[in-house]
Amino acid sequence: MSGHSNYEPKGAVARWMDSRLPIVRMGADFMAMPTPRNLNYWWTFGGILTLCLMIQIVTGVILGMHYVAHVDEAFDSVQRIRRDVPYGWLMQSTHAVGASMFFLAVYIHMFRALYYGSYKAPREVLWIIGCLIYLVMMATAFLGYTLPWGQMSFWGATVITGFFGAVPVVGESLQQWLLGGYAVDNATLNRFYSLHYLLPFIIAALVGLHIWALHVTGSNNPIGVSDKVKTDTLPFHPYFTVKDMFAIVVFLTIFGFFLFYLPDALGHADNYIPADPLLTPAHIVPEWYFLPFYAILRAVPDKLAGILLMIGAIGVLFVLPWLDTSRVRSMRFRPVARWFFFIFIFMCFILGWCGAETPDDPVKIMGVDTGLSFYRLSQISTLYYFAYFIIILPILGLIEDPVERPASITQSILDSSNKPASGEVMAPAE
Amino acid sequence: MADTGLIHHDDIVKDDSKRDFIFLAAGGLGAVGAASIVWPLLAQMGKAADTLALGSIEIDVSKIAEGQQLKVLWRGAPVFVRHRTAAEIAEAESVPLSDLPDPATDADRLVAGPDGALKPQYLVQIGVCTHFGCVPVGEQGEYDGWYCPCHGSHYDTSGRIRKGPAPRNLDIPPYEYISDTVIKVG
Repeated sequence: MSGHSNYEPKGAVARWMDSRLPIVRMGADFMAMPTPRNLNYWWTFGGILTLCLMIQIVTGVILGMHYVAHVDEAFDSVQRIRRDVPYGWLMQSTHAVGASMFFLAVYIHMFRALYYGSYKAPREVLWIIGCLIYLVMMATAFLGYTLPWGQMSFWGATVITGFFGAVPVVGESLQQWLLGGYAVDNATLNRFYSLHYLLPFIIAALVGLHIWALHVTGSNNPIGVSDKVKTDTLPFHPYFTVKDMFAIVVFLTIFGFFLFYLPDALGHADNYIPADPLLTPAHIVPEWYFLPFYAILRAVPDKLAGILLMIGAIGVLFVLPWLDTSRVRSMRFRPVARWFFFIFIFMCFILGWCGAETPDDPVKIMGVDTGLSFYRLSQISTLYYFAYFIIILPILGLIEDPVERPASITQSILDSSNKPASGEVMAPAE
Repeated sequence: MADTGLIHHDDIVKDDSKRDFIFLAAGGLGAVGAASIVWPLLAQMGKAADTLALGSIEIDVSKIAEGQQLKVLWRGAPVFVRHRTAAEIAEAESVPLSDLPDPATDADRLVAGPDGALKPQYLVQIGVCTHFGCVPVGEQGEYDGWYCPCHGSHYDTSGRIRKGPAPRNLDIPPYEYISDTVIKVG
């Protein structure tokens, strides 16, 4: 992808193959990509996410061998997988916990890109493909959550497909076309299963484009200064494959903790009640990874406006490369912007909290009533969420005085190892 | 190079006089063909014949005691038939229209019986919140009618939206009295 190739086939068979289908050459060149040597552990989530996708596809295909997509049998078939199918408990838990882990990793990956300005030129297309992946991930997760056909599955599906009913004029027809009936029913479950099986492969294709775009522009890095001299980079393999592997081991430890000790902690007890179209659970909430958007949806008293805000919260990410006017990528050198960024992360957590609570309830911190309702709190944090993208970043880029950046990655490493007097005890560069 | 009489693609003299028409005609026909293939691919997702055929249901309202509500599944969604108390009816009729986000009198929300008179004690509605489709809970909320637990919409004793994010009153299904005590929904 980057022009010249350093691959030399060893042996007659390798040469024979190389002149017919140079697939080994492609892989070798791919793994030799020059990668900034100063990447920190926030950069390991790309590899972790690739693993997450593979885990979901493998466990998902296996679950599909035992699952029955019919309203009368779906709930029982999932219970059968958990109780009777050999290792079914492991496959089902891995798939369910894996979805949460996938989102955990993707959020860290996205916040990494936001902090280090990885969305800025020349990586706009790389970023947009990433946003698309996130969008398809959300759709896939929602469709998959419907399949166990518990109370949360059913009412989640009802509420989310209700969004389409808010479209002016054609809303009701559109909603019923999506559902295949007057309400969420067997036709809905069947098509959701079909699409849930399809979308991961769309994600895999988008990941291919994402990595392709990455190999064209190269990785961003913690100082955000493009690599200039040869010593700025190292080949991806073995230096970063090893680093990624270590991060994957740590990640899988956390994954394993949830999988083996708290397999249901990230779900909802109500989803162990079979779906009942006559009874809505008293308190319906989405999975944790959708809570911030759910809070934005409820932050305005109008149905259509709530949906538009929620769509806008994701849509604004797509145009972010053109909203942020600063030419400095890394927030390390943006003394003002980085604080607004930390507040942004804080507000995302606040939104998640609001999404999990009932809007009219008062906000209590350590048992003390703040006199604020979750409804108001979600309005404040929604306001900040949008202001960060459409007011703060555009204006700050024009008025902020960035700190002086190192001339190159090599220079930044030399500077940091020369600075302290106790040079002998310096730890190796990150 | 010997002249073989064969013309290479690059040496073809450009002549657009007839091509424009051929391109447009072929393209137009192709678009029609593509649309005729795409339409069934999209239309298959609509309501199937057996779903549409889910006919009407008959409900004997005389079996519902005063102050009780019957919940019946119709087209995959619940229908509420409530036998309202005199107090509930009085409350529903006393609300000024200016207080209502979706103005409708209580009488607007009822269907006349075979004798042409309204039966205000029987309120028939689709039990689906007009916000995002949850089932509201009866005899709750600030207006003594229904309350939707999902996003906090309050409906009054006539099923009219009073507070919260729902845009409309609870829908009234198409129904008629086929006798003095039996209604046919759908």
